[in-house]
Amino acid sequence: MRNRIAHWLQGRGYRGVIIGLPYLWLLLFFFIPFCLVLAISFGSRTPTAPPFGYGGEHPWISFVGYARLFQDDLYLRAFLVSLSNAATATVLCLLLGYPMSLALTRVSASWRNILLMLVILPFWTSFLLRVYAWMGLMGKNSWFNGLLTDAYNLLTPASWAITSVPMMHSNFAVVLVMVYTYLPFMILPLYANLERLDPVLDEAAMDLGSRPFRVFLDVTLPQSIPGIIAGAMLVFIPAAGELVIPTLVGDASSPMIGRVIADEFSSASDWPMAASVAIVLLLLMVGPMMLYTHYQGRAEAGEEP
Amino acid sequence: MRRRPVFLITVMCFGFAFFYIPILSMMVYSFNGSRLATVWGGFSTKWYVSLLSNKQVGAALLLSLKIAVTSATAATILGTMAGITLARFRRFKGRTLFSGLVTAPLIMPEVITGISSLMLFILMAKFLGWPSSRGFATVTLAHITFSMVFVTTIIQSRMLQADRAIEEAAMDLGSKPWAVLFDVTLPVIFPAILSGWLLAFTISLDDVVITSFTTGPGNTTLPLLIWSKVKLGVTPDINALATLTVLVVGVGVALAGYLLNRSEKRRDADARLAYRDND
Repeated sequence: MRNRIAHWLQGRGYRGVIIGLPYLWLLLFFFIPFCLVLAISFGSRTPTAPPFGYGGEHPWISFVGYARLFQDDLYLRAFLVSLSNAATATVLCLLLGYPMSLALTRVSASWRNILLMLVILPFWTSFLLRVYAWMGLMGKNSWFNGLLTDAYNLLTPASWAITSVPMMHSNFAVVLVMVYTYLPFMILPLYANLERLDPVLDEAAMDLGSRPFRVFLDVTLPQSIPGIIAGAMLVFIPAAGELVIPTLVGDASSPMIGRVIADEFSSASDWPMAASVAIVLLLLMVGPMMLYTHYQGRAEAGEEP
Repeated sequence: MRRRPVFLITVMCFGFAFFYIPILSMMVYSFNGSRLATVWGGFSTKWYVSLLSNKQVGAALLLSLKIAVTSATAATILGTMAGITLARFRRFKGRTLFSGLVTAPLIMPEVITGISSLMLFILMAKFLGWPSSRGFATVTLAHITFSMVFVTTIIQSRMLQADRAIEEAAMDLGSKPWAVLFDVTLPVIFPAILSGWLLAFTISLDDVVITSFTTGPGNTTLPLLIWSKVKLGVTPDINALATLTVLVVGVGVALAGYLLNRSEKRRDADARLAYRDND
């Protein structure tokens, strides 16, 4: 018996173990939990523990969670706020990240290594502490808020004077901190894409008399579309489901969808509702996820879209 | 000669200021004597003293490190296997589902991963009797699951670059698959395994959302401790903690970069020597 196991391990068993172990793990701890969420989203809330069940009558399953999504405007508003905050953060990341990535391809190699390190370094420090850093800057009495207040008071008539800029607990704060924490996700795939472009094309366009900005529009930009889409999805997808940032700096009266899911689950202990919202969020993200997987490989290869 | 891209460099400087001013401000204010965290009240190191004498912080850090080391090690083993699978086994039953399972956790919103893991643990406790309470084990299981896929992407791309001929040569010379794996494949991709482990370690050490769903009372990790404090507002000892974190991470990353760079250079030099000896 022992011999046969050893023999199997040496032959076909090798593949079996290498494929089987991670496969089994992901099925057990990722796929099954996902199926649970899907199943619970069709359940109905009960006062039992765990707090869900399936009705005794045909058709057993319930669509109450999904129906409430459209009846209570809390949910629609949360989806809208999440998508608009995530989209704004994505556009701002692109506007700031594109020139930065392009600049990284233009500096000398030794500078480039240092600067890339500086882009990646915040990744390795705590996400929570990076959000927290902005809480300190945006607070009423901080030097940064004071600076903005002074600038505002200087530029506007005296009757409009304010004592501080109300930045905290707003969608503005959420978008700002999202741009701050997700900017490296935009820069890295864009840089990987731009770095692989052939400078000869730029030079050819220049030699043919194009002005630098025209060269950018006609030559560089079209070639970097895979990088733009990969980076944009890498920012948009986690931003839309974000929980930490809206909880710490967001406006509690118009919560984002991540917060709604967590609240339905924990405070309201309404599992079917939380599960329905989660499933709809995932459905909304399917498009962006497919775009990402489609363009990510191309961005790295520097291919044309 | 090309024109200096003035506009690009300006934006880049602005971007780096945007990256680092908040962090620097936090570091400066960690030495603030005032209890009001945002008003300057003279130089002081008292927040460091209060932080270092706080037993809660020590216990939370220890738990975080235990979870991070355990989950990163398991995630590296599983993630490496999955990476090898995707790079080397072109055809097997269920490959499409497998590659989907490896990509999905990367882009799944953390709230959903956290809630679905918690639902699993609660239902397991009800129907299997395990886990009776949530803490180290449940958090570690959840961390392994969502950090192994990051290891997989690193290993997969490294394996696709690696030269298959060496593995095939070992196979032709009569090595059994496991011997090829341990004697050839793993040593070749070792730097990737190391950076996979480091990534899994930091992901675990940094996680708030998934941990907050999968842990139970009394088992507070460092990010959860910070989370509960920060939710109430800005406090000066968190500034001190942040400064220490940035310093430790900065030194760690610089050291890791240096060591990786050196071992790569040494390997290149060895390779060159080996080629010269063969000539």
